[in-house]
Parts: sequence; structure tokens; C-alpha cells
Amino acid sequence: MFTLSINGQSHEVDVPQDMPLLWVLRDVLGMTGTKFGCGIAQCGACTVHLGGKPVRSCLLPVGVIGNQPIVTIEAIGDSPVGAKVQHAWLDKEVVQCGYCQSGQIMAATALLNENPKPTDADIDSAMSGNICRCGTYVRIRAAIHAAASA
Amino acid sequence: MGQIALSRRTLVKTAIVGGAGLMLGIRLPSLARGAEAAADSLSNAFIKIDPSGTITLIMPHVEVGQGIYTAAAMLIAEELEVGLEQVQLQAAPPDLSKYTDPLLGDQATGGSTSVRADWMRLREAGAAARTMLIGAAAKQWKVDPATCKAEHGAVTHAASKRSLAYGALATAAATLPVPDKVPLKAPADFKLIGTSPKRLDTPAKVNGTAIYGIDAKLPGMKIGTLAICPVNGGKVASMNEAAARAIPGVRAVLKLADGSAVAVIGDHMWAAKQGLERLAVTWDGGPNAGVTTKSLVAAMDKASQTGKAIVGKKVGDAEAAVAGATTKLSAIYELPFLSHAPMEPVNCLLHIRPDGAEVWTGTQVPVRTQNAVAKVAGLKPETVVVNTLISGGAFGRRLDIDMIEIAAGFAKQVPYPVKMIWTREEDVQHDYYRPHYYDRISAGLDASGKLVGWTQRNTGSSVMARWAPGALENGLDTDAVEAAVGNTPYDVPAELSEYVQLEPDGVNTGWWRGVGPTHNLFVVESFVDELAHAAKQDPVAFRAAMLQKSPRALACLKLAAEKSGWGTPLPAGHGRGVEVQFAFGTYIASVCEVEVTPKGEVLPRRVVVAVDCGSVVNPDTVEAQIQGGTILGLGTALYNEITLSEGRVEQSNFHDYRTLRMNETPKIEVYQIRNTEEPGGIGETGTAAVAPALGNAIFAATGKRLRKLPFANQLQTA
Repeated sequence: MFTLSINGQSHEVDVPQDMPLLWVLRDVLGMTGTKFGCGIAQCGACTVHLGGKPVRSCLLPVGVIGNQPIVTIEAIGDSPVGAKVQHAWLDKEVVQCGYCQSGQIMAATALLNENPKPTDADIDSAMSGNICRCGTYVRIRAAIHAAASA
Repeated sequence: MGQIALSRRTLVKTAIVGGAGLMLGIRLPSLARGAEAAADSLSNAFIKIDPSGTITLIMPHVEVGQGIYTAAAMLIAEELEVGLEQVQLQAAPPDLSKYTDPLLGDQATGGSTSVRADWMRLREAGAAARTMLIGAAAKQWKVDPATCKAEHGAVTHAASKRSLAYGALATAAATLPVPDKVPLKAPADFKLIGTSPKRLDTPAKVNGTAIYGIDAKLPGMKIGTLAICPVNGGKVASMNEAAARAIPGVRAVLKLADGSAVAVIGDHMWAAKQGLERLAVTWDGGPNAGVTTKSLVAAMDKASQTGKAIVGKKVGDAEAAVAGATTKLSAIYELPFLSHAPMEPVNCLLHIRPDGAEVWTGTQVPVRTQNAVAKVAGLKPETVVVNTLISGGAFGRRLDIDMIEIAAGFAKQVPYPVKMIWTREEDVQHDYYRPHYYDRISAGLDASGKLVGWTQRNTGSSVMARWAPGALENGLDTDAVEAAVGNTPYDVPAELSEYVQLEPDGVNTGWWRGVGPTHNLFVVESFVDELAHAAKQDPVAFRAAMLQKSPRALACLKLAAEKSGWGTPLPAGHGRGVEVQFAFGTYIASVCEVEVTPKGEVLPRRVVVAVDCGSVVNPDTVEAQIQGGTILGLGTALYNEITLSEGRVEQSNFHDYRTLRMNETPKIEVYQIRNTEEPGGIGETGTAAVAPALGNAIFAATGKRLRKLPFANQLQTA
């Protein structure tokens, strides 16, 4: 039994300690905003914040989380930076299929939390772990700059 | 069935040749009353307005990211006179009588046909409903309908200052006759079409609330994951069922009747995955266990010389023209098998009961999905309810139903709903791959460097022969020669295209974004570049000379050349490549600028695309599709190939089946030429365009002509 702090709420889950957070969120808690893309930390679709840092939930065993707070796409809009990122995503019409965008928004919000005025090189470095098969990178870059100056 | 088959032949031809629009399409009973709607509501195939004022638009095509939900809603709303904020969207149920794409002959989303298919019928549906609502108001007010006006979801009579919302008129309007013919707005009067309102599907996609197929839930649902025999056609040899069942949360271990796949069902994906690992399945590969890419290519090489060739297009005597030319060129071009790898792995939620079934999934083919479940489960199709959800990408993958059939094969063995989720490894290794093509192309130039004739013989699998056999024309797969020699915007005196069908052992093939054009534009536009250089002419000027009878293509070429700074100096190691195309009813010219480092790394720096897709519904979506299609196409051209060894696919996930990443993405500029021609398709055009432009740029940068995809590892020196 683990007690997880997710989006400011406490959740008790009776799962094996090696179970990745991704499947706890999706299949045990029913929070399907966090996506499964590859299962090997190659695509970033499953990105959540753990203690404020972006992590790949597909390879994060619940047993190692302890009391570090988890934030997912469902609540990222509660933070001013997350809300700005979501707004910029819609304003720049970034999204196509949208499946990777939960992870992209989590990664972008983490970047802006660390670095409020990222350069293109900073964006490359922070966002290259998140792939998008629709190819929305041009607009993701524009939206991050827009969120940074909002 | 006879009528459908006949229609399909004509219509698929139209779609794939790409030039004509909806005018050749069959008329659908789309203006007739919606059968399932309540009696007090006004409805047709695409619209429901109930007395409470809820306006629901029914989406005939599926949303896979291309923006069709927004474009379709715009088309209806334009004539219905409602605001986009006033409507709700609903996926169409499987119903060929109402939702057949007239360009595809099926209720399907593909071939960049959606806007072309919907351009007239959705506006007509909106206009018919509007006419009936005005009629109902005029009748109630005892005034001439011509003195009433519909605007923003209400009918008003200015003279008497009366107004009624559509909801208040719906029940009365439903009793009025459906008009036979409805006048449509002139383009000058469009309020929505041609503008870029915000997409309707995206707010839910930025906050985690959008429900994709993989997110669907039913009470009592279990999660399953599967392993398919790594060699196509093989079956299970052994497995340790007890070990799998020992994993906490595992509920069932299942095998398909033919032994081709196994699944473990659990309380959650982790239990299913762990169970599948412990199951330690061994396989008997069967007859395809020796297949390698090398053996398949050798078979294609042989078939390309000795196989039965079907003529695609013949103009003049191209072979004689080439034989008698001053300068002769010939080449072999090769394209690999490709996986689709949509970000949302293939999945399907199913509940099969003795008396019927319910399916929740993202599919491009709802009717095929319904029929597949019915067939596998032994049910009548009408007892299978299909809920079509949005897809996390598709690129053609969800035009096939193998994942539905397999899911049904497992789900019928258990009483509870089960959501089958493929791991990425299964998704990459058991795809219906874009065929591997092996193409011979030759041409002759006269003493002045003018192209006097050319021939192209393509060899590879026919997707059409499997997916839409009724669309073959005297055995010809028109997709295999789409945008090939004889089907280009160029004016060439003698042309011959041929196709040799060869089905690869142990590999399933399917539609992949850009279909025929993605294949043939690489071959033709790379070779045209070879011809330009052989003729010692500038590649833009060489093409322009052959486009004098195709003014729209020429205009795109000129615009792309101008915007890209064609001909201006570039740093050492950089080069520009150009391509021109007419595909899916849309004209494009693009210029790619690339840097090739001394180590042979290929770094795309800039892509300029000029596009004329005729009438545009949403210009921002056009731009987005070109940007995104270009990025998918660049990553694919640089990195992607599916290869086989011992009958097994060698790639498995995004580490060895790469996607372009943010740091590799070049600057992309899209320039739209606007007019009121028939709308062309857009979703696949960017992907089709970029590989030849990139290959030609690499030649300009290095002097090396790469005739085989993918490019990235071919120039590396270290």
C-alpha cells in the first residue's frame, strides 16, 4: 500500500512497488490525461512532475516516489505557469492529434518554471525528449516563447 | 452491392488520381430525416436540433489530428447560420447509407479526401435545415419566408422585430418537407469558410480531459496486452501459463484459435505486461521464418525484370523516344517498408455479450470495425455498437482492422469488457507496413536538353488489391502509379508507367500517409533533378519549362523559388533542392535547404512550401498540416525503415524507429495561393513533398545522388 500525493490530493493505492506510476494513474486512479507512448522513456508522452521536475512516469516505480508531490496534466492549469502554457498552446493552435501534448505541456511548464525566458537552444534542450508524430514542433516553440512573454 | 462496387471503382479512381472533386460523387440521402432522431427534433444525417436548443453536428469523418472536426463544423455552420460556440460535435455511427465518403466508396477517413467529400454535402445539409427553420418561423408568423433571416442560431423577422431560437422552431420545422434543392452561399458571402477560428477539439487536449480510444472505460473492464507471433504466419509453440497466472492481478491467459497470438488479461496494464513476460512464449515461425529484407529485395529485383507489368499510363512511344534520345538516363529507386507508429498505440475496448457487442476505439473505418467484430464474435452487425473516439494519430494505420479482429478474438473468450492495448513493440513489429518499392525509371533528353520521353516501372505490394479490390482497373492498382511518370503536372511528349505487383512473403502492407504520391514523388522528383543536371540546366528552370500548360503548378514553383531565395549563395556544405507536385487535388512546390557536415550528418535547415489547394476551409489548418506533414516526412526520409531478419521485424520502438525531434526541426515556411477552385486535399501533401526536396538538396550540397530511403546513414563517414 502506497500513499501518493497527486495534484494536491492524497491517494492510497494497493499496487506492487515496481508498478510504474503511469499505470497507477491510468488504470488504478482513472486519470487518463497522462499517456502511454513507448514504455521505455523515449517519447515523453507520459511526462508528469515529481517534486516539480519532469519525469517519465512509464519507468517510475511507485515504490521510489515516497512523499514527493506529483502533478499531472489534469492539474497543471492550477499553476500560473501551467495555465499560461495551456493558453499559449490554444492561442498558437499547437495541437493536432493531441496525444503527445499532455507530455509536451508538462515538459514546457517545467522548463518555464526553471527558466522563465528560454532561448531556442534552451527549448531544444528541454523539449527534445518529447516526440510528436504529427510534427507540431514549430508551433510548440512559438507557444513556449509566447507563454514566456505572457 | 453491384452499385457500390461500380461506384467504388469510379470513385476511388477519382480520389486517387486526385484531380476531380465531389462533383463525380454519388448523391447521398443526407438531407433526409435522421432515422434515430427524436420526433420532436429537426434532423438530417449531419444535424440534430432538439427543442431544448441543443445543436448537434454529426461528423462523417474521424478526427485523427488533421482538424476535420473543425472544418466539417465550419462547413455546416456556414449554411446553418450558427456560431461554432453553439454546437456540439458527435462522431457518426457506422452507416454506409449516410456517411460513405463518396471519394473512397466507404465510410472511411483517408486519402486526404475529407474536405473534398464534405465540401458540398455538409453545406447542403446546413442550408436545408436553415430553410426548414425559416419556413417554420414564417409559417408561425404568417409572413413570407423571404422576409425572414437566419442568423446565429435564430430566425428573425426584422419588420415585426420578432425572433425565435432554432430550438423553439425545431419541432415545427421537422414537419415541413425537406427541400429538394437548396441555394448555397457565394464565396464572397462566407463568414466562416476561409477564416481560421480556433479548433473545436483542442481545449480538451490541453488539459487531459480528451478521451482517446486508449482512455475509454467501462464498468468491470479489464486490461489486456498481447504478443503476436514475431514471424507472420507462425504460431505458439509453448508458453508457461501457470507463471503468468501467478502474477497478482492477472485474470486470464488467452490464445487466438489459430495460435497466432496470445494475450494476458489483468486488472491493469502492469499486471498484463508482467504476466505476458512471465508467459515466456516460444513460437513456431512457420514458412516465413527465413525471410530477410535482402531476400525480399532480390525477389523484387527479379520481378521488376521478368514479372507481369500492367500499364498505368501510356502516351506516345516512350521506350522508342528514350532509345533514340541524345542523352539517356536510367536509375533504380528504392523505398523501405514503413511503420505508422501513431503516438497512441493500437488498442480497442470491447464488450462482447451473447446478444451483441459494444466497441470503443479510434478507427478510420467504423463500418469495417462493426463488421469485423460481428464476424469474429458470430453476431449480426446491427447488434454491434461502434463508438468512434478521436485517435492519437493514425497515418493510415487505423484504416485496417486487424487490431479490432484480434481484440474481438480475445474479448469473445471472456464475459467482461476488455481493453486490449498493444505495447509499442507490438505496434511497430505487427503493423500493416507501407510497401517496400523497387522502381526502375529511365528518360531521354534531346540535344537541347529537353525531355523527350520517360518510362517508370514500379514493383511492390498492392495495398489496393487487398483493401479495395473493386477499385482495381483491369488489374491495375492506380495508387501504385499515382504521381508517377504519366501522372505529373509536366508536359512530356512520350510517357509510360507500369506496375508489377509482388506481394512480399510474411509482410502485411497497408496505407501510409501520402500513399502513392509519397512513393512516386520521391522517385519522379529526384529523377527530374537528375535530368536537369544531365541537361546542365537549373532544376527550377528545367521544371518551369515543362509546366507551361500547368499554370497553377508553375505559380507554386515560382513562389517557392522566390521565397526560398533560390539561386542565392549558401555556405559550403549547404544545398537547396526543389520539387513540384500535383496530388490529392492540390498543387505544391517546395524547396528544402540542407547542411551536410564533413562527417556526413544531414541537417535540414529550412523548408519553403508554396501550396494551392483551391478553396480553403481553414487556412491555419492548411498551414499546420503542411508544417506537421513536412516534419513527419523529414524524419521518415532521414531515419525510417522496417527491415526483416529471420522473418522478424528488426525495429521495435522509438529508439530504433526514430521520429524527428524538436532540436532537429528546421524552419518551415508555408505560402498559400488562394482562389475559388475546387478544394484539394491537404493532410498528406507535405509528407509526400519533402523527401525528394531533401534528396535533391543533399545532391546540391554534396554531389551525391541518394536513390534509396532512408538517407541519414548513407553519407556518414564516422
